[in-house]
Amino acid sequence: MFAVKRYAIHDGPNIRTTVFLKGCPLSCVWCHNPEGLSPAIEVVTMPERCVGCGECVRSCPERALIVTGQGVSRDTEACTNCGQCVDICPALAHERTGSGETVESVMETVRKDMPFYDQTGGGVTFSGGEPLMQPVFLKKLLTACGRLGLHRAVDTSGFAGQDVLMDVAEETDLFLFDLKHMDDAVHRKYTGVSNEDILANIAALAAAGVDMVVRLPLMPGINDTDANLQATGAFVAGLAGVRRMDVLPYHAAARSKYAKLGLEYPGFGIPKAENGRVNHAVQILKRHGLSVRVGG
Amino acid sequence: MNERIGRLKRESFEAVPSISIERAVIETEFYRENYGKYSLPVLRARFFHELCAKKTLYIGKDELIVGERGPRPKAVPTFPELTCHTAEDLRILNSRTMTRYHVTGEDIKTYEETVIPYWQGRSMRDRVFNHVPEDWKAAYECGLFTEFMEQRAPGHTALDGLIYETGMLDFKMRIAKRLEGLDYLNDPQASDKAEQLKAMDIACNAVMLFAVRHAELADRMADEIDDPVRQAELRRIADVCRRVPAHKPRDFWEALQMYWFVHLGTITELNGWDAMSPGHLDQHLGPFYEQGIADGVLTRDAAKELLSCFWIKVNNHPAPPKVGVTAKESGTYNDFTQINIGGLKRDGSDGSNEVSYLILEVVDDLHLLQPQPSVHVSERTPERLLKVASRVIRCGYGYPSVFNTDMVVMEQVRAGKSVEDAREGGTSGCIETGSFGKEAYVLTGYLNVPKVLEVTLNNGVDPLTGREVGLKTGDPTIFKTYGELYDAFVRQLEYVVDLKVRVNNYIERMYAKHSPAPFLSVVIRDCIDKGRDYYDGGPRYNTNYIQCCGIGTVTDSLSALKTHVFGGGLDMAELLAALKNNFEEAEALRLLLWNRTPFFGNDDDRADDIMKKVYDSLFRAIDGRLNTKGSLYHLNMLSTTCHVYFGKMLGATPNGRKAHLPESDGTSPSHGADRNGPTAVVKSLSKMDQAKSGGTLLNQRFLPSVLSSDRDLDKLCGLVRTYFTLGGHHIQFNVVDTETLRKAQETPDEYRNLLVRVAGYSDYFVDLDKDHQEEIISRTEQELG
Repeated sequence: MFAVKRYAIHDGPNIRTTVFLKGCPLSCVWCHNPEGLSPAIEVVTMPERCVGCGECVRSCPERALIVTGQGVSRDTEACTNCGQCVDICPALAHERTGSGETVESVMETVRKDMPFYDQTGGGVTFSGGEPLMQPVFLKKLLTACGRLGLHRAVDTSGFAGQDVLMDVAEETDLFLFDLKHMDDAVHRKYTGVSNEDILANIAALAAAGVDMVVRLPLMPGINDTDANLQATGAFVAGLAGVRRMDVLPYHAAARSKYAKLGLEYPGFGIPKAENGRVNHAVQILKRHGLSVRVGG
Repeated sequence: MNERIGRLKRESFEAVPSISIERAVIETEFYRENYGKYSLPVLRARFFHELCAKKTLYIGKDELIVGERGPRPKAVPTFPELTCHTAEDLRILNSRTMTRYHVTGEDIKTYEETVIPYWQGRSMRDRVFNHVPEDWKAAYECGLFTEFMEQRAPGHTALDGLIYETGMLDFKMRIAKRLEGLDYLNDPQASDKAEQLKAMDIACNAVMLFAVRHAELADRMADEIDDPVRQAELRRIADVCRRVPAHKPRDFWEALQMYWFVHLGTITELNGWDAMSPGHLDQHLGPFYEQGIADGVLTRDAAKELLSCFWIKVNNHPAPPKVGVTAKESGTYNDFTQINIGGLKRDGSDGSNEVSYLILEVVDDLHLLQPQPSVHVSERTPERLLKVASRVIRCGYGYPSVFNTDMVVMEQVRAGKSVEDAREGGTSGCIETGSFGKEAYVLTGYLNVPKVLEVTLNNGVDPLTGREVGLKTGDPTIFKTYGELYDAFVRQLEYVVDLKVRVNNYIERMYAKHSPAPFLSVVIRDCIDKGRDYYDGGPRYNTNYIQCCGIGTVTDSLSALKTHVFGGGLDMAELLAALKNNFEEAEALRLLLWNRTPFFGNDDDRADDIMKKVYDSLFRAIDGRLNTKGSLYHLNMLSTTCHVYFGKMLGATPNGRKAHLPESDGTSPSHGADRNGPTAVVKSLSKMDQAKSGGTLLNQRFLPSVLSSDRDLDKLCGLVRTYFTLGGHHIQFNVVDTETLRKAQETPDEYRNLLVRVAGYSDYFVDLDKDHQEEIISRTEQELG
């Protein structure tokens, strides 16, 4: 797991808690949760927060840390991600990219906002990364939420074995299903994987009568062409029982996250989704008889 | 907003606050001539009558609701019998950059020659400060508490529906009957009561005279004008002023003018805190509105226009200028008139009606500084009202604030009021609970709870001045357990509360004896029946509140001591040295305290349990103490803007807060300490047993993007409703981003009308001093995914 967000209001109906599970088989260039890409828990360092006290240097068993005038720096080769520096730093200059959790420890956090779910009919959303990467853990969490009577949503790229997906669907009330591009070649280019299984999985879920909202992360110059929007609209409108799409306009807010992780930002060059383009996309999708919301 | 309202709004917004010395001059002359001739209640009433007979009147050219306290909009009289400003005070008021009041040199000269020589040494403020004991002064001067009554009269009340069914002539009949029934043989207080009742009778005459003078002025203006439309309006104004307040109102217009004359009377007689409030205005006006519509003599637009005129009237009345500590802790033009929307009726049914929605439209159209609306939400309140209110909240004026009616009722029932009187109550000022029309619920001053801890950590000494200001509770470096430290804190707390109450009780009697309020006593229930003044236990209920500041700061500081000193490896002496040096050369220690301590506001029981304990200690120290009216003190958790002043008087604290920065506000978490979003804040707050207080205050700051769609508003309403089901009293929102606030600091002229929520009220951001501006910017921005 890499994060829990309470009072999540854009990941499904009403007031929710979103649980982010680590690890993703895709590598979308616009990914806004890069800390969720790798399944491993690593240490990241933010030298600008360092006050130079040297506590972490003294605690590091691998001698991988030094403090300079620019703050602390970490030798990632020598570092074994043991996290001693994370626990000792008073300035929070070292962080873990996630934490190992049990079903019970996640549920403890989920239960904290029970009065809000009760009042509003909200619940829990599992997101990522790709939550279907940890199907056994995910299913257990969904089942535990089900026992509490909570509304459960799964936010997925749909890139998983169909048996895995259908198994998880048994304990899911709503899928937030990302559909990135209809053209397989383009899909491969920007996400690293084929869309063949994804399209098949959407169709299978729709056929099984599962509640689903299809979400289009709108990437200017990549998937906001009229051709792709027409194809997307037609495909989604053809799914039995699916009537709603969410358009999620691209923003570059995640750029600082990449810097923190020491990664290069792959989405460089994608312009911000302008309102005019977003409205244009919404109009095209609406023409297919879909109810379309911006922002989800 | 029609053209008339547009013009009136612009005039009101642009009017420059100024000082009018007219009241002071009339009063001084009157006192020189008459002091000693009458009993004090009668003297006060006769002076009030003199003022109503002589004061300059004002009827603006577009106005429908008429009457000003001063000779023109935003002209504020002084009250030398309470605080006699020096010539130097007046010059400062005229020249300071913030909350400036224009005063002419000529007026200052007159003041110096006639007003000051008479009142110096006689004003309430002088008499209080000449009396108070040294230990009180030491504690007061180091910022352990403030004193509300040292320069403004206790007001702290709102009206119920009484004045809409009772004219001044009816009140006079009641007074006469009561006078007749006095038993001079067996009631030793009968003659005191007689003086009080005579004074009330004179006060009724005074207000009727004031209204008739307006009627005459309106007629004269009508005689002189050619425009037939305005002529008809002026004739109508004259008719209305001849009808109310002598008689009870018959229609919507008369009802508003009735309230306005009563409002003006109470804020002219004295300058009680929080001005005056109409209470549940929508409930009071609802029947007049419905009748007018049914009879075909009122339209929705006409009602809205009248309401807007009324709104602007209130905005024309800035707070009287403050001096000294009170100016530091309450630097605002806002005089805190609050209007309750929704809530419950006396019989427990939903109180909202069409006027509730009209009021929300008016505040959205006008978005002026005063008066400020609050929405009162009960289990029975339709969701629609909260939803419409949330659309106004989204605009970012900082209002309406939102209150939990069911909790407000519960607080009052706990304090011994009948459930019906509690339902007719609500909140006024910022968040203060009271039974409208029946209660003096007097704020006595703020208590600096983190300062109590600081003094405890320094064995009775204020570390900023080295002065002994508190009890010697022991050297903290030899405390072996957290329990020992906490016990010392509680003893210190009780000592400070003792000091405060002792002096409060003295001041209370000063008001009862020297500065009775006969007119206010007419309109608050039971004063006539008891033959006693508002300040002397006349009202049905008489509550004193002490407002406790900084629960977030003190909780986090105790949590840090518990975690790192008593439960970790940090040496108390090392910590105390770092606090004394304001964490110079100890940034790592400061960050350890700031980042590695369980803090209030995160739904973390380790911190929240400490908050509960502190809250309970405050409750035990304050609740149930006797005031001088045979009634009790209760706890209140309001800070208004005092947390900024108190923070200035406070050194570095164990939670990693640096010296002189603001404390946490109201019952909100420390700035930046809440790191788990608004649901965690709400959960933490819900662990406080708020029913045992007279009000709590929770500030939340949201980015505008979080409330962009109507679905977002539903979620905001869900957050509010959940907080209320968990026992919350109040929540309010600032919807503004940091970038906008920074721009407003750079180019204030372009942001003159940017309203932000400060405490239990909104203020113009550019009218706040730098400390308050920074305080608002530092409030945690809740950005939601």
